[in-house]
Amino acid sequence: MPSGIALAIWIVGMAAGVGFLTCSILRASFLKYFFLNFYVILSLFADLIRQVVLRFRGVDSLEYGYAYYYTDCLLTVALFVAVISLASRVFAELHLARYVRLVAVLLLLGTAGFSYAVVAQSTDRLATMFAVELSQNLYFVGLVLTYLLWGAVLKLQETRTRLVQMVLSLGLYFSAYAGSYALVNLAPKYGVVQYLAPILGCFLPISWAVSVMRHSEDARLTPARLVAVPR
Amino acid sequence: MMAAFILAFSLLTLLMFFVSYCRSLTASSLHTSISEDVRDVTGIQVRAAGRDYARVMQILQLCPDQPKDRAGLHIVAAYYSFLNLLDQGFAKIFPSLKAWAEEERAGCAHFAAVALGRRIALNREMLAQQVDL
Repeated sequence: MPSGIALAIWIVGMAAGVGFLTCSILRASFLKYFFLNFYVILSLFADLIRQVVLRFRGVDSLEYGYAYYYTDCLLTVALFVAVISLASRVFAELHLARYVRLVAVLLLLGTAGFSYAVVAQSTDRLATMFAVELSQNLYFVGLVLTYLLWGAVLKLQETRTRLVQMVLSLGLYFSAYAGSYALVNLAPKYGVVQYLAPILGCFLPISWAVSVMRHSEDARLTPARLVAVPR
Repeated sequence: MMAAFILAFSLLTLLMFFVSYCRSLTASSLHTSISEDVRDVTGIQVRAAGRDYARVMQILQLCPDQPKDRAGLHIVAAYYSFLNLLDQGFAKIFPSLKAWAEEERAGCAHFAAVALGRRIALNREMLAQQVDL
């Protein structure tokens, strides 16, 4: 049974996801940012599936383990695709979107191949091990890609407010998530750190919803204002 | 050791993205000038200064809430507190930080003033509708 706090975070997360999708539809940007919406839809389904399995099978059950890791792998792939979709938008004006997609496919295949090579020795539970390994490796690739994408946004002097804020939200999410992961490893005895990752999961749809609601697709900002410390 | 390194690195990048995100929020309001009503109410002359922020926020809380502004205002409030902390903590060691923090706080005040302008305009609209009824 999930604790009261975990359940409250789950409800906030679901509400945030539904909120983002509603904002997206209301502001007619569902198809424009389809892969971001797709990621949020998938995360809502994943959360539902996990919650159902958790209620009926318990947190220590094998079924919950499978449900958790397989949905996590699926979500990481979807998030990777969302990062790539933002990258193709940033590079679209340079007519490089096709190459971005090609690199993305190669990266995905490369990461999958590398993950398979790592787990190939253990023939028992190969599929589960592969899902976990792919999820971790792809998450790392996504994190590096987001930092590179932010570098490209600054270098290309991107002015589209929505796009810039969506990339920044991803950067914040990836940084905070990596930090929470490190914190869990550094201080596992503190119960509060286990809630960090689910709380961060709520942040992404909320910040995307803020971007979609606050700014129109035509909104522009001064690129010089984006660097943390002005040069 | 590795976890500590990842934590330090992620905190640094988190800070960088947080500042950039907040700057992108405040920058989005820079194209809008502060309305005459807001100038009258807050006493801002030409350009909002960092010290105007607290006063603008006080007046903002007296106006009817606009859900569209809420999240942005919360984030900018957090950014403003962060800048104050930075100013109090590190400005003596890095003097250039003081000027930068002040400029950023002015951006926060401008953002809040623009939001206040929108709320005053909405207030007027609601009042006009009531009079019509």
